[in-house]
Amino acid sequence: MNPRRMFATAGRVFGQLRHDPRSIALMLVAPSLLVGLFAWLFADQDGVFDRFGGAILALFPFIVMFLITSITTLRERRSGTLERLMTTPLGKADFILGYALAFGLMAILQAVITVAFAVYVCGLTVDGPLWQLGAVAVLDAVLGTALGLLASAFAQTEFQAVQFMPVLVFPQIILGGLFMPRDQMPDVLYAISDWLPLSHAIDAIQAVTNGDEGWDVGAPLLIVAAFAVGCLVLAPLTLRRRTP
Amino acid sequence: MVRRGRRTLFDGLDVSIPHGEITGLLGPSGCGKTTLLRAIVGVQKVKGGTVTVLGQPAGSRGLRERVAYGTQGAAVYGDLTVRQNLQYFASVLGVPRGDVDRVLDEVGLRDHAKQQVADLSGGQAGRVSLGAALLGSPELVVLDEPTVGLDPVLRSELWGMFRRIADAGTTLIVSSHVMDEARRCDRLLLMRDGRLIADTTPEALLEDTGEDDAEDAFLALIARDEREHPPTRRSQRGAAS
Repeated sequence: MNPRRMFATAGRVFGQLRHDPRSIALMLVAPSLLVGLFAWLFADQDGVFDRFGGAILALFPFIVMFLITSITTLRERRSGTLERLMTTPLGKADFILGYALAFGLMAILQAVITVAFAVYVCGLTVDGPLWQLGAVAVLDAVLGTALGLLASAFAQTEFQAVQFMPVLVFPQIILGGLFMPRDQMPDVLYAISDWLPLSHAIDAIQAVTNGDEGWDVGAPLLIVAAFAVGCLVLAPLTLRRRTP
Repeated sequence: MVRRGRRTLFDGLDVSIPHGEITGLLGPSGCGKTTLLRAIVGVQKVKGGTVTVLGQPAGSRGLRERVAYGTQGAAVYGDLTVRQNLQYFASVLGVPRGDVDRVLDEVGLRDHAKQQVADLSGGQAGRVSLGAALLGSPELVVLDEPTVGLDPVLRSELWGMFRRIADAGTTLIVSSHVMDEARRCDRLLLMRDGRLIADTTPEALLEDTGEDDAEDAFLALIARDEREHPPTRRSQRGAAS
């Protein structure tokens, strides 16, 4: 890994984003709008938004970042620029981490905006400290970025990349504990859900909104971070300098 | 030997490319030019045989600063400006930033440096891609159809530039399907259907075939090759896919 090349790549990804203000707007504002819609839906029912609002905070940044990352890196594979880069001294890890850095920073901005919107505009009550909620949201968005980077390796077209949503993301949402508390699930599904990163992301958010402290928040957070790091370690391994 | 899909290419291809010269790789589209170039820059999976570039196996780590590859079509970022593209590739290669200005002048895009590549014409975008391959001082520059879609004036300018680069000691391998460009090369490799049908010089090609035009000479060679290697059903199927 070479920091200069990694930062150059991150800078280049930012440069590309800068020329696409609409994408930036969508990335930063879309999750807030969805949270707002969700809050409005339960406006007449006391306490429902407080119970589920947190989990939604884990969900939307994760999905948005997953989609954006997998499509952008796929575009790079398809346009021939990746092949060109693979003939240069750029390391595979420089490439992946450059992307992760650029989109990770976007994820931080997005998480801050979304959490602020949920709490100050939609009135989400959070028993724990607010910064913790922000930290969890950031980590979830980074997880989406890392998973998107990994997933894009297995897609050959944009169409396939979008199809990874129902395959990789939706099961995590269904089993994540949003529709049914995880401890009430059938044993097999509970065991599966334990291996899905989004379950732990939602656990972490709910721990913060419930005002839990210490290990109750820390443990799921660590697991999410481990999944994100794992994806980032695996992603460069899927890049090939030589292709058929 | 290379397998691409169901086709086997370059079965028994053996060629060496001299230093400091322009080697033209010519042949109809689909004949395997790109695959051969990809093998030379080390991004093509090779089934058998060896490709040695500047004394090292193709694609070795040590070659990544010494070999530059200009892909077919513009392999640059459409949503960046011309200068941003070149600056990125320069920093990946570890080339000083000042080199970007030199390259901008070389490919005649100085006036377009601040424009987004997506807003440029196809020919201009191709020159940005070419510029990226000229950054730094590679010892071997491999260009896949760099002049495709360019007007005659620009084409001639680019060939003038290739000559300057070669005169300075760089080895160039340039593919093209425009036979007229054969005359600009020092050495010619003519390909057809995944096979090398001639390894010659422009003068020898014309002399050998008795034609005075590179295109006719190439067609004559193809006709001769067709008599010697009648197309098999397998190769026809490959060509159609």
